[in-house]
Amino acid sequence: MTATAPAPVTLSPDAPGAAAPALRAENLTLGYTKDRPVVHGVDVAVRPGALTVLVGANASGKSTLLRGLARLLPAHEGHVTLDGDPIERIPARQLARTIGVLPQNPIAPEGITAGELVARGRYPHQPVFRGRSSDDDAVVAASLAATDAASLAERRMDELSGGQRQRVWIAMALAQQPRILLLDEPTSALDVAHQVEVLDVLRAEVDRGTTVVVVLHDLTLAARYADELVVLCDGRIVAQGTAGEVLTEATVRDAFGIDARILTDPDTGRPVVLPRALVSPVASPVASTVPNPAKTPVVFQATV
Amino acid sequence: MTATEAAPSEVARPAGVARSPHLVASRRSRAARLRGAALLGLGLALAVALSLALGARATDLATVVTALTDPGALGDPADAVAVRDLRVPRTVIGLIVGVALGLAGVVMQGVARNPVADPGLLGVTAGASFAVVLGIALAGETGVIGLAVWALAGALVTSLGIGALARAAGDRATPALLVVVGFAVTAGLGTLTTLVLLGDPAALDRYRFWTVGSLTGRELDAALTLLPLVVAGVMVAALLARPLDALALGDDVARGLGFRLGAVRGGSLVAIVLLAGTATALAGPLVFVGLLGAHAARAAVGGHHGLLMPVAAVAGAAFVLVADVIGRLVAPPGELEVGIVIAALGAPLLIALVRARRAVAA
Repeated sequence: MTATAPAPVTLSPDAPGAAAPALRAENLTLGYTKDRPVVHGVDVAVRPGALTVLVGANASGKSTLLRGLARLLPAHEGHVTLDGDPIERIPARQLARTIGVLPQNPIAPEGITAGELVARGRYPHQPVFRGRSSDDDAVVAASLAATDAASLAERRMDELSGGQRQRVWIAMALAQQPRILLLDEPTSALDVAHQVEVLDVLRAEVDRGTTVVVVLHDLTLAARYADELVVLCDGRIVAQGTAGEVLTEATVRDAFGIDARILTDPDTGRPVVLPRALVSPVASPVASTVPNPAKTPVVFQATV
Repeated sequence: MTATEAAPSEVARPAGVARSPHLVASRRSRAARLRGAALLGLGLALAVALSLALGARATDLATVVTALTDPGALGDPADAVAVRDLRVPRTVIGLIVGVALGLAGVVMQGVARNPVADPGLLGVTAGASFAVVLGIALAGETGVIGLAVWALAGALVTSLGIGALARAAGDRATPALLVVVGFAVTAGLGTLTTLVLLGDPAALDRYRFWTVGSLTGRELDAALTLLPLVVAGVMVAALLARPLDALALGDDVARGLGFRLGAVRGGSLVAIVLLAGTATALAGPLVFVGLLGAHAARAAVGGHHGLLMPVAAVAGAAFVLVADVIGRLVAPPGELEVGIVIAALGAPLLIALVRARRAVAA
């Protein structure tokens, strides 16, 4: 930042140092039909200012939990609170200024440019009949810069690579200036370089003070980037904590149904998961050494 | 966290932000958009002029101007009648109907995320029109407002039906499927219309012009009476510009941006019913106007609804007027109703659009 620069644009709307908002779920039960819940009575406190990664097998409820936290899915039971207020009572626009959401498979309309797309992230901040202000333009430019997508602004979304496109979508969510960013599998269908590219962007956002919750599939990448790892199995949280605490051979066996060896990355000290073989299918995932998750949900709370 | 730690979170607005490629580009395209808008405005003005000047009765430009400004000075009073009592009303009605259907097309395409949505193609104008038949045949309705109420009710019921069907079909509700359903609805209602009218020759007579869509035989007063409904529809549509932009990114993204899907869908329903219902009450069940207006606008200014809406409204109005003028000229001394001309022009365009999209998908 130079002394001559005009008023700085920050991607976080509050004063620096303001406490990050607390997002938590209490006894949260979610599902797409009333009689078949996908997430069962989950208690989870999202660690403010940290990068939380949700992992779990297919259909373990990780995306569903994320959608519940983002209010994309109403709670059947229990509730999600933001700084203690139930999110369903917070006006939608106000919530959109605090929580940015990047769902799976967003749609880029035909012919739209990256810059135009990111500009739509400003809607929660714009009064109904006011057009784009120069502040909006500055935030859009800053969001594109933050995701290293500034040079893509004029390009049409349909001519970008998967990784570039995903960075633009993240920039759109950043243009909301959210304090909390929720992303559902932003790296699926990306090659490893593009996955790292996207995760680096999220890491940088966390370093700027944003709370990030992201659903990932790749356990080793999850371990590499997560400050906090949440493992789901059958709609329940079976483990939560740092990657080193959580990624044990027992947990991986129970949550994913594979026998795996866990090594330690000599450079980062983080766990590396090496799948060995499928656990025989008759083994029940609940019969394990891990405490029964249904009865003792792990609540992890921490300060920044 | 201290202020110094937070420093990286502050992205200084560089002195050169205003010159960043992105913003320069948007300014450049703003100029292009202005040029496009000016061209469209010019096109509409031309269409209005043609609509006032051309008809079965030959009138030169000077006569038209005199008839509008000082009818008493004309040698032949029939000229004044032709211009003032025939051409002015149908021009005004054509404008209102074209604006309403162009806008309704944009709203429909936006809320359904369906590029071939059109109030006519999806059966909404057919529903409005069938309701009017019921009004005429069963309730003996003749008043402008009465018929408009029937039309709005018909548009509402059909829109709700199509919407429910689309949501029930979920992912299978492809653009093509909805159009097929719309055709089925239109055909079914057409049969019912015939059934109702068979037993009632007088109603059939009154209804005859209307089914094909026509701007003639409509009173200017009627149009002005119904104008507030269209204005209300325009205002609701204007409020929907941003929500529809957000909806274009997917339901979840739109909700993440703080829009409530129920409100957006409800608002769209209100706008579509007001615009398409009133247009049908005024000119009969026209198809393709919304489709053509929306696509011309999309091609000209892109997918931003704030721009798309006014441009589609202008394009729809110009299209209806030009079609009406063509209808007056192709079969002198008789006329072709505007609905027939529009269908003749619109059908090939729809086929071309569907084919072009298939090429993109492949």
